[in-house]
Amino acid sequence: MMLTVRFFARLREQLACEVLEIPCAPGLGTVAALRSALASRGPVWQQALEDQNLLMAVNHSLAEPATPLAAGDEVAFFPPVTGG
Amino acid sequence: MSADRCRVQVQQAAFSPGQLQDLLPPSGAVVTFTGNVRDLSTAGSVHALQLEHYPGMTERSLQAIASEATARWSLRAAHILHRVGRIEAGEAIVWVGVCADHRGEAFAACEFIMDALKTRAPFWKKEHGAQDARWVEPRDSDISRAERWQLTRTGDAGTGPCR
Repeated sequence: MMLTVRFFARLREQLACEVLEIPCAPGLGTVAALRSALASRGPVWQQALEDQNLLMAVNHSLAEPATPLAAGDEVAFFPPVTGG
Repeated sequence: MSADRCRVQVQQAAFSPGQLQDLLPPSGAVVTFTGNVRDLSTAGSVHALQLEHYPGMTERSLQAIASEATARWSLRAAHILHRVGRIEAGEAIVWVGVCADHRGEAFAACEFIMDALKTRAPFWKKEHGAQDARWVEPRDSDISRAERWQLTRTGDAGTGPCR
């Protein structure tokens, strides 16, 4: 089973990546663990994902670093919102 | 109460605030807000905005905000429409309509909805000027306005009658 990971707005442009499918692994049990794994993909990923203002969502609800992940979840990372 | 007391819509097409207001139920107090794209920002002139959103989560977030408003105040309706895609300067980008028996609740709920939307709903603006395009930064004033309602950016809306 897989995790779907989406990126939005400036983060999507920085990473040149809109969506990833990542196999579930024992080391990817939380949003924070997933974020660390993504940051290890290279310098661009590391720099973009260390932004402390980034927001995270799991299955369309805002999430915390400790939010647990399960197979089939959709995780999203994005900058602070600017609608309205 | 009708089933569509809370109504949210995300669309690319331009809209008419008057037509949206006509869809609100009869009530003693109607407060509406229309937000238009300004032609000037802190970064310079703006020809248009490109609005990105997160399909699925954005609608869910707006529904939660409308629902929370109806839980906090006694409302007959709370409707939200937000555009996405390219929006030219001068065009309307967001509309909120709130109905209640009295003006106090309608004013408060309408302002609450806009403050929550600005800090919680997943939309991102990119400004297109004459030469360049830049992502809009969140404003501290928007965050402090939202904090008046004791909103948190990480909390999901509470359970309201429309959920």
